[in-house]
Amino acid sequence: MATEFTVPDVAAKTAAAANQEFETEKMSLAMGPSHPSTHGVLRLQLELDGETVTHCAPVLGYLHRGDEKIAENMTYNQFVPYTDRLDYLAPLASNAAYAAAVEKLANLEVPARVQAIRVITSEMARVSSHLMGLGAYGIDVGAWSVFFYCFTEREKLYTLFEELTGARFTTSYSRIGGVSRDVPEGWTDKVVAFCDQFLPILEEILKLLTRNKIFMDRTVDVGTISAADAISYGLSGPNLRGSGVKSDLRKDRPYWGYEQYDFEVPVGSKGDCYDRYLCRGEEMRQSISIITQAIAIFPAGSYYAEDARRIFAPKKAKILSSMEELINNFMIVTEGPQMPAGEAYFEAENPKGTLGFFIVSKSGGVPWRMKIRGPSFCNLSILPKVCQDELVSDVVSILGSLDFVMGECDR
Amino acid sequence: MIDLYLDLPVWIQSALKGLIVIMVIIPIAGACSLAERKVSAWIQGRPGPNRATVPWVAWIPFFGKFLQRLGVFHLMADGAKFIFKEDVLPGHVNKFYYYLAPLVALVPALCTIVVVPFGAYFDAATETLQPVILANVDVGILAVFAIGSLSVYSLILAGWASNSKYPFLGGVRASAQLISYELSMTLSVIPVFLWVNAPGGNGTLSLFDVVQSQSQPGFLGGMWFVFLMPLCAFVFLVALFAETNRQPFDMPESEADLVGGFHTEYGEFKWSLFFVAEYAHMTIGSGVFVLLFLGGWNPLPWVPLAPLIAGLPIWLGGLIGIGVFLAKSLAFIFLFMWIRWTLPRFRYDQVMTIGWQKLLPLAIGNVIFYALAIAVIERS
Repeated sequence: MATEFTVPDVAAKTAAAANQEFETEKMSLAMGPSHPSTHGVLRLQLELDGETVTHCAPVLGYLHRGDEKIAENMTYNQFVPYTDRLDYLAPLASNAAYAAAVEKLANLEVPARVQAIRVITSEMARVSSHLMGLGAYGIDVGAWSVFFYCFTEREKLYTLFEELTGARFTTSYSRIGGVSRDVPEGWTDKVVAFCDQFLPILEEILKLLTRNKIFMDRTVDVGTISAADAISYGLSGPNLRGSGVKSDLRKDRPYWGYEQYDFEVPVGSKGDCYDRYLCRGEEMRQSISIITQAIAIFPAGSYYAEDARRIFAPKKAKILSSMEELINNFMIVTEGPQMPAGEAYFEAENPKGTLGFFIVSKSGGVPWRMKIRGPSFCNLSILPKVCQDELVSDVVSILGSLDFVMGECDR
Repeated sequence: MIDLYLDLPVWIQSALKGLIVIMVIIPIAGACSLAERKVSAWIQGRPGPNRATVPWVAWIPFFGKFLQRLGVFHLMADGAKFIFKEDVLPGHVNKFYYYLAPLVALVPALCTIVVVPFGAYFDAATETLQPVILANVDVGILAVFAIGSLSVYSLILAGWASNSKYPFLGGVRASAQLISYELSMTLSVIPVFLWVNAPGGNGTLSLFDVVQSQSQPGFLGGMWFVFLMPLCAFVFLVALFAETNRQPFDMPESEADLVGGFHTEYGEFKWSLFFVAEYAHMTIGSGVFVLLFLGGWNPLPWVPLAPLIAGLPIWLGGLIGIGVFLAKSLAFIFLFMWIRWTLPRFRYDQVMTIGWQKLLPLAIGNVIFYALAIAVIERS
């Protein structure tokens, strides 16, 4: 039997191959939760076409500890250490914001000295947080040394925090109605000395990046967020201002006497990573200015609200000498600071954005319900939109520029 | 001693030469890794590695403490750690290529040193300068490029064999980047050899002859090529950074986005082989740059080495030559580190844009310009 051979039609095959589109597959890539540039335990489920991101889905919750539920099971002062662990890069600011929220519930006015202390510590926390953000951003775009320069300055701040609060990292400085201890003698001078030496160093650090061609290539026009988008996604802090929205709670709804300080609110023009970086740099300068102003007019007086008799535990000397104070102390420590029934919402301009606490009280020493508005959570909500059609390296650049902290995002 | 060596069979001579290569390049690469840590520490205002020590050494007055602060024992500790770590083989890799990749990284790096002269001595019998070199082949620079560029296979193999997504991206980036910059690099040295191979001379691509032509009498003859052809030197330098995967061009491993790039799945000694290879490439790259553009072993421009060491014993003259060359190379390696710890990293597409749209046209224009200029100079 003869075998029949068919001659392949080469011309037709070539034509078919030319018409046929290459079948490409998309690749899914899990960026995180353990990835050097996701700043903690954020996970981005990316869908890649080559190196271009076609879809980005943030997966949150790896650091969820149920802080809001925990708050319902402890007295107001007991929750202060948990606020350290929200934005753990600026615990002093979170402490103060939480205390202010509870004080708003109690309708309690704190003395001018407490307000000044809170302003100073919050601004120091802002500088420390932005330094960390700037350093980490340096690593994200490959400039390692920036990180170490920032960390050296941050260490100096932490030494000051340690002297003030007894802890470097988890400060737990606030109490409802005041702060846990007064400012030590000579501490303000050290802060001023720090500010004086810090400004030239900051300029030096920023000089490494601001006009650096490679850095600008990596950040200008990357991750652009329009002002309308920034507002509709609920962005806050430097990320919102980077998009050109002049919104700063310290100016818009001044608290703790921010209205008496003279400072500028920097805003960006385009809303890209570079603008957000510039905003943070300028905010550090403004914070230093606020700190020096606050120390210049540092009021004397008590470091706690003395009329808040059922809220702030009395001093030890009084407890040991007066029966009534002893009972009062016992009640506050065991049952918590006594709050009236009602609800209150307070938000403060934290380094990462607007940190809000919504507290519902049915009177007594324990909140009925507490809701925390974490700025990082809202800031990250724009990721799927802003990462669309960017390169993998740009995702890193965008993440760094949003400067989030997962402790506050997952709560 | 020399006679004894020459009496040996050829294969033993070759084996001895090979051993010398390994003995020279591996310690230099190791010292580079320590230098990198110390230089980065210096730049970033930290003390750097200064803790590790071995028994009894700390008791040596002054010197022992000095060695400890210098961090030399960290180097040994690192080496020992890499050797004694468990050899983990991830379950999902292609075993053969996974093991092959680090070797492919190291072997070309070690091979290129063979044709790189790292010094010169004055031969009293012939009254000429002779290179300290393992094999003075005529194709010199071609051999360096040909063998050196084989190392791209290691990155691609590591990326593919790891069977994992980040290494895969790293491998893809590596292949594209290294091939792109090789073009500019090769084009950038053409003017040098056009100049060296003036009509009438014997055509050569040997690196020794490149240095010789920078040691001639006269203003142009004694001029280092970095002054004569600054653009060539610049293009070669940029391409060198890209070829050695050093920041700002370290796309294949850019740890910010690709975790570790091609070596994400590697650990223990295999990982360290990649790094020895990287430093070896860096050392050889610096050496080649020094030979091509910085006058090799000539201590200063217009000051050739030969008359200086003519009266000295052969070993002393040789050591001086090697010393000058090494000093220049190390200074150049310092430049590598300085840049790495100062500049941010490019994005991958920017690296490709620079390579194809900026560097390559520049290199081509450069070749044309120097070809015309050299023709004009030689006609007159």
